[in-house]
Amino acid sequence: MIELKNVSKWYGNFQVLDNCSTRIKKGEVVVVCGPSGSSKSTLIKTINGLEPFQKGEIIVDNVNVHDPKTNLSKLRSRVGMVFQHFELFPHLSVQENLTLAQIKVLKRNKTEAINYGLKYLERVGLTNQKDKFPGQLSGGQQQRVAIARALSMDPIVMLFDEPTSSLDPEMVGEVLDVIVKLANEGMTMVCVTHEMGFAKKVSNRVIFMDEGKIVEDCTKDNFFNNQTSLSARAKEFLSKILR
Amino acid sequence: MSLDFSFLTLKVINNIILTGLIFSFKLTLIAMVLGIILGTLLAMMRLSKFKLLSSFALGYVTIVRSIPLVMVILWVFLLIPLFIGRSLGTEYSAIITFTLFEAAFYAEIMRAGIQSVKRDQANAGYALGMNYFQCMRYIVLPQAFRNMLPVLLTQTIVLFQDTSLVYAIGAFDLLKGFSIISKNFNRPVEAYILATIVYFIICFSLSYLVKRIQNRVRIVR
Repeated sequence: MIELKNVSKWYGNFQVLDNCSTRIKKGEVVVVCGPSGSSKSTLIKTINGLEPFQKGEIIVDNVNVHDPKTNLSKLRSRVGMVFQHFELFPHLSVQENLTLAQIKVLKRNKTEAINYGLKYLERVGLTNQKDKFPGQLSGGQQQRVAIARALSMDPIVMLFDEPTSSLDPEMVGEVLDVIVKLANEGMTMVCVTHEMGFAKKVSNRVIFMDEGKIVEDCTKDNFFNNQTSLSARAKEFLSKILR
Repeated sequence: MSLDFSFLTLKVINNIILTGLIFSFKLTLIAMVLGIILGTLLAMMRLSKFKLLSSFALGYVTIVRSIPLVMVILWVFLLIPLFIGRSLGTEYSAIITFTLFEAAFYAEIMRAGIQSVKRDQANAGYALGMNYFQCMRYIVLPQAFRNMLPVLLTQTIVLFQDTSLVYAIGAFDLLKGFSIISKNFNRPVEAYILATIVYFIICFSLSYLVKRIQNRVRIVR
């Protein structure tokens, strides 16, 4: 469903993505991990074209992201994205956050959009918060609203960019629970995360990045249980993070 | 020295002062609304990745901000008849001048406002499939506007004070009203003391209003 072929990206002379290639099949849950500054977030943002790249190809559901003729807005409306800092719209209520893009992009009428939005708000357990503003919610609640907002667009794939790393430790669980539930329902997902417990629990595959390169791209079992086959860099990372 | 305010009758207030005050308010209000709209467009152009648009906006803002307002007032008043063959009259001429002039100042405020909104806010909009104009209209500009509202209103108070410069082309504004009184009754000192008091009261109340509004529109984060 998603295919990256030799994707490279530079900021000036500095190369941030170096020949990244991978494929993600429908229903797969792929975790992207690696040390800070390894361009994990940049990679995931190239998938919906939020980060431009200079070389290579990305194809999402038979649409070429790199083609200047592609209607990126249309593609993005089908690719859900959840940000590290939630990025709810602070001047709009929770309900308006959920319905804005449905009404303006998918052209749903208001009642329909509200029904969709509330359906997903119920799934993340926040129905009673619909009239509040984002600033009145906790970080964990905001991130759950952000997930509901992305789901209201009926995405074919969900991209998570470190969805729990700006949360207080006690709120990580409530957000991960929502994501796990989604994974179990068969949603295709790419998730940048440092939560190795989460990776072990739900992922099918792990991509390990370092300095803009995809160093490891293997099954979850291979990554966590067969470390002899991994590169020295990945072993070092795992030894530090799994203690 | 003795001051004599006996010229200040209801008739004088109604016929002269209010007439001028209404035009000053009208000019301020129209130039504010049109100036903010035009200024917002200029700010968007200035931040555009298209070189032509951003250079145009930068040029416009730089040039306008480097010319004294009173000269622009005179030039627009003198030049427009040369192009369209007839005079627009002092009122329309003043409205056009103030709109074009203030737009440059509002543009810089709105530019700061747009830049005060985190980049990922727009990205969140794009990620939901919204296009540039939708992101601007529904996500970035409402926040930029709220963040900048106190500054926009403060600029409007300056705009109100600046309207007194239409005196240069003889438009009937608040100051002109007092200048007429000063001549009619031969009481220049009293007339301009009154003018100062009226301008002060209006601007002071507006400043107070700005402070109140500032507390009310703050976005909870």
